[in-house]
Amino acid sequence: MIGIVNYGAGNIFSLTSALERLNIQYGMINQESDFDLYEKIIIPGVGHAGAAMQKLTESGLVPAIKALKKPVLGICVGMQLITSYSEEGDSNLLDIIPLKTLRFKEEISHKVPHMGWNQIYPENDSPIFSKIAPGTYFYFVHSYFIEFNPKFTAATCNYGIKFSAGIQKDNFYAVQFHPEKSGEAGEQLLKNFANL
Amino acid sequence: MLSKRIIPCLDVKDGRTVKGVNFVDLRDAGDPVELAWQYSQQGADELVFLDIAATHEKRKTTLDMVKAVARQVNIPFTIGGGISELKDAEALLNAGADKISINSAAVRRPELINELANAFGVQFVVLAVDTKHLPQGDFVHLNGGRIPTEIQTQHWIKEAESRGAGEILLTSMDKDGTKSGFDNILLKEINDMVTIPVIASGGAGNEQDFIDVFQKSDVDAALAASVFHYGEILIPKLKALLKQNNIAVRI
Repeated sequence: MIGIVNYGAGNIFSLTSALERLNIQYGMINQESDFDLYEKIIIPGVGHAGAAMQKLTESGLVPAIKALKKPVLGICVGMQLITSYSEEGDSNLLDIIPLKTLRFKEEISHKVPHMGWNQIYPENDSPIFSKIAPGTYFYFVHSYFIEFNPKFTAATCNYGIKFSAGIQKDNFYAVQFHPEKSGEAGEQLLKNFANL
Repeated sequence: MLSKRIIPCLDVKDGRTVKGVNFVDLRDAGDPVELAWQYSQQGADELVFLDIAATHEKRKTTLDMVKAVARQVNIPFTIGGGISELKDAEALLNAGADKISINSAAVRRPELINELANAFGVQFVVLAVDTKHLPQGDFVHLNGGRIPTEIQTQHWIKEAESRGAGEILLTSMDKDGTKSGFDNILLKEINDMVTIPVIASGGAGNEQDFIDVFQKSDVDAALAASVFHYGEILIPKLKALLKQNNIAVRI
């Protein structure tokens, strides 16, 4: 069963709907003891990374998240929280994976936010990208991206610059796109995580 | 590469789709959930629902429809119609809408764009603009093109972008319903002017019109209604043609 960290950063109806369509059981994590109820954890998030980090800190769940040994999946801003730092609001984040979240530099040739379907290329044989071919399209909506890193990048994407569409370190996985809105490919990724 | 998006638009009233839906194998042509699911299976990249009779009394019906779509459909969707306050938008967000589109309420009170962007992020706010060409230039129109304003389309779109609109849905009232192709000249002018995504709307009649709009204006997405609903253009075939013409599409 999957536990969703419920810290108030964005609407999770689409995510829970996707899990229901896939018959994946889930529940909500509201306090530290709830982590024991689930085998896997999802950290969702939309909006401002700094504001999301503040909400997560206020929830009191940060030490428990950092100590997790179970598989964890961060989605969108939930992914960015797992990195060390974001240029958005000059914010220090969870620092679980030592990478930086940077802003897309505004150029007329590449619009910001990066919104729509873009292709990803799995790297480093990360199991969450199992059965997902290079060049598969996923749905992205974001203005900040996580830098490419040969060690921690689990999938790349190109938008004027090559960035991390997915990252992994040990039991921590994260994706920048929205698997719950990415058609069958997104459902495959959620299944991969549920089956880890 | 970021793909160009193909977006079917569905008119809804009292939680039911209205007018012009003529798929062969539909059990219920008025069921927005079934239609949305069909379009997602055909390869639509996104959907727009336009609530054409939105009122406060009927808000709950719309919310129930949005929830039902979000439960069943695995691609993003936008809902527009009658949104004039933050609480309307928040209820739609919580019901699972990915974006909302605002039109006349933003013309009447432009601060609404700032308020929505600050509360929910720019990615949530689509500004729909109905434009008509007049001898003095391009002007914003309200109520489906019936009421002219003195606001110049280009000025309004620049203002909306600076206020926090995350995307522009531009409908040419000169082209809408004519099936004579999109207004590629105006769309190119607008697309070159802003740094947010632009959705072309109004005028789609055949596959070539989609090839033209992407090649001539480089907009991010193209929206159409009747040509999809009546099966005059099939999305898988359209996307294959776009790909043959070196336009990036998700297949």
